[in-house]
Amino acid sequence: MSNLRILVATKRVIDYAVKIRVNAAGSAVETANVKHSMNPFDEIGTEQAIQIKEALAKSKTGTAEIVVVSCGPVKSQETLRTALAMGADRAIHVDSEEELQPLAVAKLLRAVVEKEKPDMVILGKQAIDDDSNQTGQMLAGLLNWPQATFASKVELGDKSMTVTREVDGGVETVKTPLPAILTTDLRLNVPRYASLPNIMKAKKKPLAKFTVADLGVDIKPRLQTLKIVEPAKRQGGKIVESVDDLVDKLKNEAKVL
Amino acid sequence: MFSAIRPRLASVVAKPAVLNAVRPRFFSQAAVARSNIASLHTLTEDETLLKESVARFAQEQVLPKVQKMDETEKLDADVLKGLFEQGLMGIETDTKYDGSESSFMSAILTIEELAKVDPSISVICDVQNTLVNTLFRKYASDDIKERYLPRLATDTVGCFCLSEAGSGSDAFALQTRAVKDGDNYILNGTKMWITNSGEAEIFLVFANVAPEKGYKGITCFVVDKSMGVKVNKKESKLGIRASSTCTLNFDDIVVPAANILGEVGKGYKYAIEILNEGRIGIAAQMLGLAQGAFDATLPYLFQRKQFGQNIGSFQGMQHQYAQVAMEIEAARLLTYNAARLKEEGKPFVKEAAMAKLYASQVAERTASRCIEWAGGIGFTRDFPIEKFYRDCKIGAIYEGTSNIQLQTIAKIVEKQYSS
Repeated sequence: MSNLRILVATKRVIDYAVKIRVNAAGSAVETANVKHSMNPFDEIGTEQAIQIKEALAKSKTGTAEIVVVSCGPVKSQETLRTALAMGADRAIHVDSEEELQPLAVAKLLRAVVEKEKPDMVILGKQAIDDDSNQTGQMLAGLLNWPQATFASKVELGDKSMTVTREVDGGVETVKTPLPAILTTDLRLNVPRYASLPNIMKAKKKPLAKFTVADLGVDIKPRLQTLKIVEPAKRQGGKIVESVDDLVDKLKNEAKVL
Repeated sequence: MFSAIRPRLASVVAKPAVLNAVRPRFFSQAAVARSNIASLHTLTEDETLLKESVARFAQEQVLPKVQKMDETEKLDADVLKGLFEQGLMGIETDTKYDGSESSFMSAILTIEELAKVDPSISVICDVQNTLVNTLFRKYASDDIKERYLPRLATDTVGCFCLSEAGSGSDAFALQTRAVKDGDNYILNGTKMWITNSGEAEIFLVFANVAPEKGYKGITCFVVDKSMGVKVNKKESKLGIRASSTCTLNFDDIVVPAANILGEVGKGYKYAIEILNEGRIGIAAQMLGLAQGAFDATLPYLFQRKQFGQNIGSFQGMQHQYAQVAMEIEAARLLTYNAARLKEEGKPFVKEAAMAKLYASQVAERTASRCIEWAGGIGFTRDFPIEKFYRDCKIGAIYEGTSNIQLQTIAKIVEKQYSS
């Protein structure tokens, strides 16, 4: 009989379908009046936690409590509501209007882990906005916990988990004791949609709020963004008259020869 | 005519002092209230979540099957199962009856989102929620609610059986009879054009128990398919082809008196009241249809080039799609406003009729224009636009024809100005 507590970290990001634009100052991506949603890898993380909970309930071998956490502005609570509507049990919002870099998020999550004492922390392998792919690994380092990253399959054992990872050149299987950090890859599962009864139930689920100060974490950015530019516009193709013309253009225009 | 208007004008002119005294107070109140009044586009958090969830369900689970369902005139079993699993077949039903216990506006948003992808899937959800479930919720005894609402919310399709060969807009002409026989009633008659009846297991049948009393004999019976309902000819239709429309025969069907929904003789009243709010659902379906056609077409206008420029950049095209965009927006406002009025418990019959009538007109104009804008591809079945054009026509027919909507609006306006 195992009674697990699973902490799932979620991030509110610009929706994957939105065409990204750089702001006028060239300092950041434009986020005003842009549709946001849960980072898709975190949806996979939330789904994985729900599947673990359902499997435990079905086999009557244990229970799981799913706690979702999000660090960021007040609007992050929308993302937490989505996770609650998918099936998480309760939510924690760490409020910060300041920029949060991966190390700051990892430190905030460590503080939450110390409060909640989960058996497992699930994170997306990366967020689709800054593609850092760092928070899970940093959190494992800060907690000195084992980590299984880029998971494409997870099997729960007795106080352990066996994780299949997609790595260059093949598939690697690792086994770690719990507690541990798990980060999700794309093929781990297909996240469910929030059903209407669960959307209605989510309204009544608890959502605790903390500030950065409550957790006593230094979130000062360590990295400075110099500038953000849009990718160069793709130039249309050209029809060349002859092979000589082609070679000339490759040499002098494209400068690839 | 002018003499009738003049005295009123004169009375207004004669009391300028009163008007002036009233004005500042009126405006200051409006200014205070302004900060609390949201636009009709403002949805609650759970409405937004639902809308996004349904949009995703429609895109991922329904869209890949739309063309096949249309061609084969058959509802995909997995799509129907998905509607139940997502809690979209018992939107307003209490959780104690396994429903979602959500709002009327949620039902409207669901119907709209589904219609953007497939108006025939939309109508399955619409009829189940706004007609069938609502009749049970509003008028049925607790015993009937307990027996039927959980099934309707979890796995069973219901249908609303009112129309007959000789009784459509004129529900008074209804011929189906129910004769009392001890603790039972014996039903005999034929219903026609019954939406979703091909899949239905539960039938809400309107039958007359006392023809001599005219419409005051019309009573609503809850009939199980297992009681002997014969589902006959499935109509082959112009549009909404994935939604079944059948003729039903009731030959000496024995229905327990305990299955009378509400009171004997109140069936006509129930049907009229339910159809009043049902129209907002059809408005939402037609609105979603228009938006779906528009969304499917507009990107093409900025891909196809003629005379060296996107066809969407020609002024002749710009003025057309600007006009249609405005009409869709107006239809949305009429629909959402009628839905909010209904939720607030205010009179909404006129606004519901307006929403349904206008949205069905906008759906037809939008779908028609979209085909023209897309040119050759708009006319072919490999693209989704022509289906919207076929699907839109039903909007002017079911749950009250366009003329009936005009009559409804006219009656209320007449009452307001003639008394």
